[in-house]
Amino acid sequence: MTAIPLQHALILSLLLFGIGVLGVFLRRNVITVFMCIELMLNAVNLAFVTFSRALGAFDGQILVFFVMTVAAAEAAVGLAIVIAMQRHRDSLDLDSFNLLKW
Amino acid sequence: MIDVILFYVFAAFTLVSALVVAGQRNPTYSAFSLIVTFCSLSAIYGLLGSPFIAALQVIVYAGAIMVLFLFVLMLLNVKEESEAPRKALAGAGGVLVLLFVVQVASALLKADVFHAPPGYEASTVGMAQLLFSSRFLYVFEATSILILSALVGAVVLAKKDL
Repeated sequence: MTAIPLQHALILSLLLFGIGVLGVFLRRNVITVFMCIELMLNAVNLAFVTFSRALGAFDGQILVFFVMTVAAAEAAVGLAIVIAMQRHRDSLDLDSFNLLKW
Repeated sequence: MIDVILFYVFAAFTLVSALVVAGQRNPTYSAFSLIVTFCSLSAIYGLLGSPFIAALQVIVYAGAIMVLFLFVLMLLNVKEESEAPRKALAGAGGVLVLLFVVQVASALLKADVFHAPPGYEASTVGMAQLLFSSRFLYVFEATSILILSALVGAVVLAKKDL
């Protein structure tokens, strides 16, 4: 069987999550920020798959299946919101959306 | 042995392309780099013994979701970011992420509990049996309602006169 060090898979997942968070802080474009959120979701999926392997059970993979379903639904709704935003403000810069700020 | 080497190769691909996603100013380049990330992650899932999740990753993420992203990017004719990132926010975020990564990584490296059990066999049938067992069947059915509501929500939100 595989001898892949599972700690290293978890550290890869951790680094991916960190890169995703960093992207959310750095970028100003709505779509890029959205892609960084997808990156974080993938990092969590990798952790689930690794734990599923470490425990020798399939439950982690089933959780990944549900996360993917939610991610697909979220991408559809999120991109519809992006299109509505572009229509209203003519911009995708996050600083131009401040309707809910005070 | 070969699978360990492949794991590190794909891990390097994943990290480099993820860095491009977060560091790139042009969203279209970010999107293409994200496809590379998803495909190499799929290879890692396969190496970790989850062939069904690996296939799903390519079909759902690299296929459906990224096509949606690229479709919107092309539709809206998105331009490169003109302004630099806000310095204070980027600095604060960087420090927070660094602290988080260092702390969790040191804990993970010390913990010696993650050993793959020898009796594990990658099996799509086993996973499907669990997914359609009475434990997860209702959750599985509930996701269809979730997808239906997302479908309706997307149509309503993208309408012209919201």
